[in-house]
Amino acid sequence: MILNQFLILAAVLFCIGVYGVLARRNGVLVLMSVELMLNAVNINLIAFSAYLRETAGEVFALFVITIAAAEVGVGLAIVLLIYRNLHSPDLDHVEQLKG
Amino acid sequence: MIVQNIFFWVLALAMVLGAIGVVRSQNVVHAALYLVVVMAGAAAQYILLAAEFVAWVQVIIYIGAVIILFLFGIMLTRAPMGGDTKLDNDQRWPAAVVSVFLAGVLGALLIDAFGKKEIVISGAKGEQLLQVGKAGHLADSIFTAYVVPFEVVSILLLAALVGAVVIARRD
Repeated sequence: MILNQFLILAAVLFCIGVYGVLARRNGVLVLMSVELMLNAVNINLIAFSAYLRETAGEVFALFVITIAAAEVGVGLAIVLLIYRNLHSPDLDHVEQLKG
Repeated sequence: MIVQNIFFWVLALAMVLGAIGVVRSQNVVHAALYLVVVMAGAAAQYILLAAEFVAWVQVIIYIGAVIILFLFGIMLTRAPMGGDTKLDNDQRWPAAVVSVFLAGVLGALLIDAFGKKEIVISGAKGEQLLQVGKAGHLADSIFTAYVVPFEVVSILLLAALVGAVVIARRD
């Protein structure tokens, strides 16, 4: 297996995630796109771990998975609060600070 | 050698189609289910790279916990199920241009930097790869070299837990 096939798969997934973050307006869907990007990074870390025969990449991937779980917890709490205050989960409505 | 490549391309195709489903689906629950396809594909890729422990952690945490959390979020925000409300904003085309441009830059950079470098999976080096992915080996690494980051992450998880409760609590 070539190292690059994993790296390019991860790059493609990351770019799809970027598209999702920019184009989605529902807060939950934006968080899903962020998960997509974090997953792409994990594939990179594991591919390099296999390429270099190092455990470090796998340890970092585990840390990224942990932090992604924490991020989803806090992120969904924020989306819930937005929904409660603005009666809509759409991020377009969050504009109180707009000049 | 060839078998792994066939598996890789099948999984990669499923993952890319699933990812496009996540960002294009007009039904929120379908988007969450497409995310399951991507997560499961990623776990299979980890097994292909002999990282079995990370693969099962991925299955347990992502498919088991994070997706359930997303479904709860969808339920609690009463997301539109029928597809009558627009889930996308009006900057779809700029977003597509940005992501295609980013993919081009990253792809060119990766091909230039790593070219045809190969992950050797046969012979003695393959045995070494299998050793690296073992859970025991990973545990040795976490609890010796990375024990401080490990403890910091546990504090971070506690902080995130308390923070989520404080943010979402009704006063």
